[in-house]
Amino acid sequence: MQLAYFPGCSAKGSSLDYELSTQAVMAALGITLKEIADWNCCGSTPAHAVSSLLSSALCARNLDLAARAGADLLATPCPSCLSNLKATSKRLEDASFRQKVNALLDAPCAETLPKTTSVMQAMAELVSLDELAQKAKLSLKGLKLVAYYGCLMSRPAELMQFEDPENPMLMERMLTALGAEMLDFPLKTACCGAAFGIPQRPLTAKNSGRILELAANLGADAIVTCCPLCQMNLDLRQAQAEKAMGRRFALPAPYYTQILGLALGLSPEDLGLAKLVVPMDGLLAKLTPKQAPLASEAPSSEVSE
Amino acid sequence: MMNKTLCLNSALPTKDSNAPNFSQKVAALSQQAIHTCYQCGNCSAGCPAAFAYDLQVNQIMRAVQLNQEDLALSAKSLWLCLGCATCSLRCPNAIDVARVMETLRHLARQQNKITVPVVEKFWLSFLNCLRAFGRSYEIGTMVLYMLRSLRLTTDLDLAPQALAKAKLGLLPHTHAGRAAVGRIFTRFAESEAQSKRDKEASSCN
Ligand code: SF4
Ligand code: SF4
Repeated sequence: MQLAYFPGCSAKGSSLDYELSTQAVMAALGITLKEIADWNCCGSTPAHAVSSLLSSALCARNLDLAARAGADLLATPCPSCLSNLKATSKRLEDASFRQKVNALLDAPCAETLPKTTSVMQAMAELVSLDELAQKAKLSLKGLKLVAYYGCLMSRPAELMQFEDPENPMLMERMLTALGAEMLDFPLKTACCGAAFGIPQRPLTAKNSGRILELAANLGADAIVTCCPLCQMNLDLRQAQAEKAMGRRFALPAPYYTQILGLALGLSPEDLGLAKLVVPMDGLLAKLTPKQAPLASEAPSSEVSE
Repeated sequence: MMNKTLCLNSALPTKDSNAPNFSQKVAALSQQAIHTCYQCGNCSAGCPAAFAYDLQVNQIMRAVQLNQEDLALSAKSLWLCLGCATCSLRCPNAIDVARVMETLRHLARQQNKITVPVVEKFWLSFLNCLRAFGRSYEIGTMVLYMLRSLRLTTDLDLAPQALAKAKLGLLPHTHAGRAAVGRIFTRFAESEAQSKRDKEASSCN
């Protein structure tokens, strides 16, 4: 299976571990990611904060490159890139806006542009939970996790088309299939403070602090993430959040792909685990070999339902 | 038409008596039915930036309805909004409030009402790097931002960890599209300058 792929800039910088683990997990699941040649930055928050036109022109170039490469579906791991790509596709439906965007590009963008999706949704479409569980080598049994989606994965709801916008369950379904205990997490779509860690630190430290605090209070072994910016705020900036909340968390904030990868038997190096600022050693120690289906107690859990 | 009713209802004196159409302008640009806001306050209740706002997001909605252009566009809140769209999701009238905030930010910028300059400087630093390299370049953005804002110790506490974990790409990743992105920015700057000239010309008439 092949999937056109837009990695986004953080994949090449601050979230290299997301990139490594995404590539490794998809390969293990038999899906080849085909990176769009010569892609550019989607413009992130700054471009659309300044102008929708600028943001859309930057995204339209990428969508056009994907279209010309023959893709009808383009997947990205980054919710922020996805949101910009989707907003652009939507705006381009308006002929006069499309004209303005085309005027900024070297050549007008292709009439039909690919649909866009998250790697997570593409993965879930292509690989069933049963298949995922079958491919696992280690069990996540005994791990207590919370899934954290952040804002952009599911909002604006109409645009993102991702699960229940206030209570998405996709990561829960995947990780439960691999044996983890997923705790209810009311702040799963709360905002972490986005890119304001630099110009307005309290906005980020307090919001991330609130999220980490609840996860810690629930007794989670880790808070599982899917957005490079959220992950940075919860991991690299965890010390700032601790300062804002006046307590220690020491809570690992791995990407969901890193946890899936561990269950699939991939090595810590392949998954970039050394990049995590808050280490996952405690969690790694809890992983156990998956019970072979032939083992004496195995059938009971299968039959019980 | 609805907007007219609202203007009549507005008991407050409006400072911007020469801008009666502000509400309609924002409604058109954001494509949102601003007039349907009935001040339930849901948007503010869920807003993660509320604690830092000078004007709460529902108050901004009200200011727009009442054509209080100056009040709305001078709000520091516009620059502190995280763009999380919690407000949009929870508005019982399905107003995309985050989009209204973004529209107001664009208008404030056009009028040079940048009430939290560090945030704008951060964005511009990011965009300048993007213009130069075609992809974002974290260290470049940080350095430019520090120079622009003169906050030379920004995130210095994170530097040891970020460097040890190679969390920040030290060199921009170059690619052939770099020049194409530069041209998008150049054309954008030209189109902005042109629309400014058009506006000035029309306001002289
Ligand atoms: S988008 Fe802005 S105004 Fe709306 S809830 Fe988020 S931070 Fe608040
Ligand atoms: S949630 Fe909607 S109706 Fe309620 S105050 Fe905010 S914008 Fe107005």
